Amino acid sequence: MSEKLVTAIANMEEKDALALAKQLIAEKADPMIILDDCRSAMEIVGQRFESGTYFLPELMLAGEMLTEITEMVKPEMSNGQKIQRHGRVLIGTVKGDIHDIGKNIVTFMLDASGFEVKDLGVDVPADKFVEAIREFQPQVVALSGFLTLAFDSMKETVGAIQAAGLRDGIKIMVGGGPVSEEVRNYTGADGYGKDAMAGVSLAKQWVGVK
Amino acid sequence: MNTSEEKKEALYQRWLNPKDGAGNDLQFQSPEAKKAYEERILRIKAAIELRKPDRVPVIIMPSFFPFYNAGVSPQEAMYDYDKLGTAFKKFIHDFEPDSHIGATAPGPGKMYDILDYKLYSWPGHGVSPEHVYQCNEGEYMKADEYDALIQDPTGYFLNMYMPRIFGALQPLQMLPFFPGMLEMYGLAYNFIPFAIPPVQAALKALMDAGAEALQWAMATGAIEGELAAAGYPQLLGGFTKAPFDVIGDTLRGTKGIMLDMYRQPDKLIQAMEALVPLMIKMGVGAAQQTGHPVIFMPLHKGADGFLSDEQYRKFYWPTLRAVMVGLIENGCIPLPAAEGGYGSRLEVIRDIPKGSTLWMIDQTDMVKAKQALDGIACVLGNVPLSMLSMGTPEQVKEYAEDLIKNANGNGGFIMGNGAFFDQAKPENVTAIVEAAKAHKY
Repeated sequence: MSEKLVTAIANMEEKDALALAKQLIAEKADPMIILDDCRSAMEIVGQRFESGTYFLPELMLAGEMLTEITEMVKPEMSNGQKIQRHGRVLIGTVKGDIHDIGKNIVTFMLDASGFEVKDLGVDVPADKFVEAIREFQPQVVALSGFLTLAFDSMKETVGAIQAAGLRDGIKIMVGGGPVSEEVRNYTGADGYGKDAMAGVSLAKQWVGVK
Repeated sequence: MNTSEEKKEALYQRWLNPKDGAGNDLQFQSPEAKKAYEERILRIKAAIELRKPDRVPVIIMPSFFPFYNAGVSPQEAMYDYDKLGTAFKKFIHDFEPDSHIGATAPGPGKMYDILDYKLYSWPGHGVSPEHVYQCNEGEYMKADEYDALIQDPTGYFLNMYMPRIFGALQPLQMLPFFPGMLEMYGLAYNFIPFAIPPVQAALKALMDAGAEALQWAMATGAIEGELAAAGYPQLLGGFTKAPFDVIGDTLRGTKGIMLDMYRQPDKLIQAMEALVPLMIKMGVGAAQQTGHPVIFMPLHKGADGFLSDEQYRKFYWPTLRAVMVGLIENGCIPLPAAEGGYGSRLEVIRDIPKGSTLWMIDQTDMVKAKQALDGIACVLGNVPLSMLSMGTPEQVKEYAEDLIKNANGNGGFIMGNGAFFDQAKPENVTAIVEAAKAHKY
């Protein structure tokens, strides 16, 4: 493990972080260890976000660094090496709504926190969620939306999952700017996240990760 | 040179004495309508100036609600100006708020078609007819284009930005460099682009878009004129934006601007400073044209959770404040709409000339907002959007009465919704208006 790399990412020192990653690769460090370092750094970033030291710019930059380093590391990974995952999360912005910034942040924070995430994109109809649940077998489904109309689409999606007989095996969370406990209750979801980290915490709690 | 107070008073006088489409004094429907029109403006004016009006003023600021309320789809509201007008007038007559923000939110659908507008998806173009338009965020300005924007903002918009956001205006990237038109020698070269067929097609698209915009403006102007004649004043004189949002919303996008805060902070700040005089000019120019002093400023990326306090103070507030002060110096009333939460910004935003700002408060604790801005700025809002769409009239009434009890202070308060809304139960909207009207000072 490279303490320096973890610190550079966690402290938003992008240039240093990329240079260190490059150096580690040149020195033939194990790609899995470099990725572990990234995950350790993301944990610190997540903690700092939760404690109110970090905000969106830091999540965005951390996401960029993570993508850049993952791209560097990928060619070095041998065939057998696979990233360990806590569980699967299916995510998408519900029908009628095309907002994706919040959803994208949640997606990469989940990914960085060790989940396998399938992102269905925006304006996703209920039946597409149902179909994807059958194929992807997620433990958690995350419905995103920013507009008031999204509340109805969320409710409709939860209803469709129920009608398809898939509701029992999964936990559903809702999130997005105006989403509140009132909205959660209206939609029939199991929980809501006030921000990206709250969503990650919920997912971790649901799949039994500390 | 008039003082800002004199300029403001002159704008209020123009607002109080509206003109019809031909520039003559507006004929009110009745002496009662004229009286109601004046009373409504003076009621709002008193609140903005932190005095007590005769009763709590109430303003409903919807997005597409007036159209849903009348059974008109967003697509119809954008393409059928008769339906737009009928629905919007019904909204005003159904709820009778003290002021309104006009039927301009949907905008002219056909004009967007002509321009092949890429920045948004709208009913029939990326979203279904019964849903509202939404922004397609992207990097319409590249990370290495700050110098181009700073050195020549208008040139940047004309040659770089507009060709990206309007498919039909892509050939504008071939336009000449206008500051090159200096003397007879060499002048002809500047005109060659206008001989190129794609440029000519773009100019034709501009003319067609202009014709449609004019149709729409006449229709919305007529709606507002009719409502004014019935006693209902339009609140807004125009709009402008915080420079951080100008760059973060539609130029660099949320991700772009946030990465720039780390990767090129000096350039970002320089660009925002360059935008300050432009954003002042945009608001003041609109107020001069419409004769209404209130200038709407939707605030987005400075909300709680987006930036730290330190980042807000460094990147967001200085240029927002400069635009607001510039508006106030020119007699305007900035109406910043603090979308989302603004609880962590309340201390910072106190630093503004007194009695000339109207803050629209969304999810921020209204009592805290009022305490922070007491004696500084009027607050408007903050009945929650989720309550309007999912609550009961009793809940809304109770919430509104609590606002009057706890956030009213000695005036400087206007009742209203917290965020622009599409869906709501009509009886919940009525409950907001009734709560305000029941409260005489």
